[in-house]
Amino acid sequence: MNDAVLEMKKIVPEKTIPEKIIPESQMSYADKIKNNKSSINFGIYFKNIGIPFIGILVFLMFWSALAPKVNTSLGAIPGPSGVYQQFQTLVDEHVEEREKEEKFYQRQEERNAKKLEKNPDAEIKVRAYTGKATFFDQIWTSLYTVLTGFILASLIAIPVGIISGLNKTIYAAINPIIQIFKPVSPLAWLPIVTMVVSAVYVSDDPMFQKSFINSMITVMLCCLWPTLINTAVGVASISQDLKNVSKVLQLSVITHVVKIVLPASIPMMFTGLRLSLGIAWMVLIAAEMLAQNPGLGKFVWDEFQNGSSNSLGRIMVAVVVIGLIGFMLDRMMLALQKYASWDKTADIR
Amino acid sequence: MTQAYLELTKVSIEFPTPTGPFKALDQIDLKIKEGEFVSLIGHSGCGKSTVLNIVAGLYQATEGGVLLKGREVNAPGAERAVVFQNHSLLPWLTAYQNVELAVKQVFKGKKNKKEMKEWIEHNMNLVHMSHAMHKRPDEISGGMKQRVGIARALAMEPEVLLMDEPFGALDALTRAHLQDSLMEIQNDLNNTVIMITHDVDEAVLLSDRIVMMTNGPAATIGEILDIELKRPRNRLELADDPKYNHYRADVLRFLYEKQRKPEEKAA
Repeated sequence: MNDAVLEMKKIVPEKTIPEKIIPESQMSYADKIKNNKSSINFGIYFKNIGIPFIGILVFLMFWSALAPKVNTSLGAIPGPSGVYQQFQTLVDEHVEEREKEEKFYQRQEERNAKKLEKNPDAEIKVRAYTGKATFFDQIWTSLYTVLTGFILASLIAIPVGIISGLNKTIYAAINPIIQIFKPVSPLAWLPIVTMVVSAVYVSDDPMFQKSFINSMITVMLCCLWPTLINTAVGVASISQDLKNVSKVLQLSVITHVVKIVLPASIPMMFTGLRLSLGIAWMVLIAAEMLAQNPGLGKFVWDEFQNGSSNSLGRIMVAVVVIGLIGFMLDRMMLALQKYASWDKTADIR
Repeated sequence: MTQAYLELTKVSIEFPTPTGPFKALDQIDLKIKEGEFVSLIGHSGCGKSTVLNIVAGLYQATEGGVLLKGREVNAPGAERAVVFQNHSLLPWLTAYQNVELAVKQVFKGKKNKKEMKEWIEHNMNLVHMSHAMHKRPDEISGGMKQRVGIARALAMEPEVLLMDEPFGALDALTRAHLQDSLMEIQNDLNNTVIMITHDVDEAVLLSDRIVMMTNGPAATIGEILDIELKRPRNRLELADDPKYNHYRADVLRFLYEKQRKPEEKAA
């Protein structure tokens, strides 16, 4: 440090010097590091938030510029703002529908109360509201259908995957079946599932709607495979050293699975689960469209058949929401994987 | 004839390969007394580990067999604990839990919870790992992992302790530390040990007998050297001991004169 700086320090207490006007050449080494660090931090923020933000912005720009140029029989394709308007309309419709429902139940209650007043022994009928399902009702239907199908598939695929990963003979027996059924499109399963369900699931007071069972089983059939295959591969590739430890300790099959197989194959298992959930979500929308089962797929199909000037916008709202939900489901699995994984430092993406 | 504690009789093993069976070991005969520390030494690839794996029960001999206390060995078992070369600790369990897994397996119904805990801690103490016993393997050094591996094997109170190049992956200083620890433990417990090594000094320092193996294929026992150095042994004192150096030279002569590696001969 030169004398001039020392002089300055004596006269002016350090903290009163505004930071910005210190030229870099006079900065202390520690300050330089600090400065550098904050610029690194800024770099990280920019990379993680700024760049994706710019990406979306550029996409929206292209969208709003190009969409009006595509004319269809239902008018021009709406840009981002048009789609947002449709989203608000959908929200309004939902709120309206809920109000109607509330009023319906209120009226019903009043009616029944009057009836009871006249005649305490009167038979009272309580009817459920049967208004049309709004966009948000459809989202909810799709969500629980996909999750039920996915959970059921996982409950089958993980144990079968573990068993076939542990035993080469079983794997050899199951493998051709997996390979043949894996590429089958959900649309091919759907008619069979529908026929079987309507033949087998006969009940006067069904606990679930048939449409729900159909969609759910189709989803299940299509999302079994990635989990099954990845779990089997994960289990089969456990290091020989760990298997030897288990042999020397004479661990029982259950202890072996719990203490060694499961923790070792969790990364592969979750890779499979995430692939499965992604497939499940895609399959469900397609199945709902084809079978007219309640859910987002039906919403899209209804709007398409409706053919109003708003339809394209409403379908695009659905597309964006389907995408966002798919993304959200994947993040959910990621969080679950982080929770289940023993290696918290592993880079999971 | 008195029965040996551990006896290998005419052990041969063949592995199937696409070009026909490969004979790795041929007619290994070895008798080991209780409390004896035996080292197997030989060039890499000569089948030392195969011998150990047969004793452990991980491989089955094609011919001949192994008797431990008069019982035939044909499957892995906790009475023949193994210390693996690369520690083989379960990475998702802490050091303590790794040992606990073995202890629970061996002493199920014989020790209660408190006794097990004391026993695990006792063994951790033996290998000087009490300070880090609740850390996971990826949080401790290579030498410490191997200490835990040894603690796990010791905690099983094995009839024979099998060590497969236990210090092979460690640096020289850490290795010396662990050898000293092992000698100390061996003084107390007097286990029957078979150790595989390719380190001549380690073999002479630790063993009662050194079994030198010929090169494969069809490897067998070349020579057996009795090490008559009194215990406890001290590496510094032994460095100038003519007897020690004589043993060392014997092993070196076997390895580098009589059993030079084939590719070296060709060169």
